[in-house]
Amino acid sequence: MSKLRINPRTEQKIISYLLYFLTSIAIIVLIFILTVILKNGLPQLSLEFLTRNPADMGREGGILSTILATVFLTFIALLVATPLGVGTAIYLTEYTLEGRVTKIIRFGAECLAGIPSIIFGLFGFILFVNKLKFGWSILSGGLTLAFMILPTIIRTSEEAIKSVPPAYRLVSFSLGSTRWQTVTKVVLPSAIPGIVTGVILSIGRSIGETAAVIFTAGSALRMPTSIFSSSRTMAVHFYILAKEGVSMPKAYGTAAVLVISILVVNLLTYYLMEKYIKRKS
Amino acid sequence: MREVAIQVEHLSHYYGPHRSLKDINLQVYRNEILGIIGPAKSGKSTFLSCLNRLNDLIPGSRVEGKILVDGQDIYGPGVDVVALRRKLGIVFATPIPLPMSIYENVVYGVRLLGKNNRRELDQIVEESLEKAGLWGEVKDRLQTSALKLSGGQQQRLCIARVLALKPDYILLDEPTSGLDPISTMKIEDSLRTLKANYTIILVTNNTKQAARVADRTAFS
Repeated sequence: MSKLRINPRTEQKIISYLLYFLTSIAIIVLIFILTVILKNGLPQLSLEFLTRNPADMGREGGILSTILATVFLTFIALLVATPLGVGTAIYLTEYTLEGRVTKIIRFGAECLAGIPSIIFGLFGFILFVNKLKFGWSILSGGLTLAFMILPTIIRTSEEAIKSVPPAYRLVSFSLGSTRWQTVTKVVLPSAIPGIVTGVILSIGRSIGETAAVIFTAGSALRMPTSIFSSSRTMAVHFYILAKEGVSMPKAYGTAAVLVISILVVNLLTYYLMEKYIKRKS
Repeated sequence: MREVAIQVEHLSHYYGPHRSLKDINLQVYRNEILGIIGPAKSGKSTFLSCLNRLNDLIPGSRVEGKILVDGQDIYGPGVDVVALRRKLGIVFATPIPLPMSIYENVVYGVRLLGKNNRRELDQIVEESLEKAGLWGEVKDRLQTSALKLSGGQQQRLCIARVLALKPDYILLDEPTSGLDPISTMKIEDSLRTLKANYTIILVTNNTKQAARVADRTAFS
């Protein structure tokens, strides 16, 4: 028997090369995507591209209005989804006992996470655009995105809150705090890095979302003037430019801005978080 | 005749169907140190958490019998549990500093009452740390994280944190079980001084400690 076995040291070597290989594939895919986008997109970028509105259906000019539309939409989505999501997570972890109700709520949130974004678009179109008469607008789009990212925020916040040592809660209660004081003074401060991670993931999803937004925010190229303006986000702009063959160079330019902004948001948040946490402990 | 501060009558405690304490009757006198010793898992910690109702937080926990603290039935109706926990401060076996500065740890319970006057807080911090025998070691670094203190220092910080609440009773749950002899000695020293102003219940699994510190000792 023992003769058939591979020498553990050889086995160890093979496995580590194999795992290294698998990891490299993941990285190579990322590098490949970034290279294609940036190689085609970067030459398009200029101050003018970022500061001027699209002209002639997007063939000329820049993408300023789509950048602003993206920012507003994402902002509204986070404004709505963060309190809702964190609140739900606090309720599930701190205010109820594990039982059938929490299981149902959690299952519901998970189902919500599995729904394709185009269905959210349809839902937003029916509810916000038609029923509530918000029309194709930043508000409709933002609210739709809010529901789309809600499960992510609930899930990551819940994990973050659960990872706070139970002993902290016990100590807090023993020093005469109410449940809410324990949540705000001990639990949330320790859970913030995890919650922020969920929010960043959601920002990325919101910025890049197309299907849910095209149905609810529309695709008008005008500069948004209020939350009731119909407007086109960067992702939608890219989709239309590329799909209708309006202008591939402009499409790549938009894609480059999209990718870079997501990278910047991620890096900036991690930097701030690192700084904030280091200062605290 | 000494004044009875806590009167426990026919106390039984259950975790779900499992009975953890059976028909306990005892008195705690004012300004004494009552030692409680007994084997592991014999319900010593449960007994302490019955006294300040921390067991309320555990699902399935149930109490029978009566506990009178200063004549008040603490499981009776209309008891302010939050105020009760301030009156009977507890120190756990493992020192658990909250992830904040030494200063903020000490004033944590005080701030919960909405007291934020800096001068008042400063004074409470100095007094409490002094009584817990930690002031000299940390007075120059009150703003550093409490997590950076040694185990013995952390435990004395936990005692200071309880003292800052101005409790009438201090419950200690094997407070020196994880500490070195010198830290243990320091904590025992402060307990002897604290006796003058507080009523102390000390759970320990060390009979020598009970003999050194306690006035009377109960066995579980």
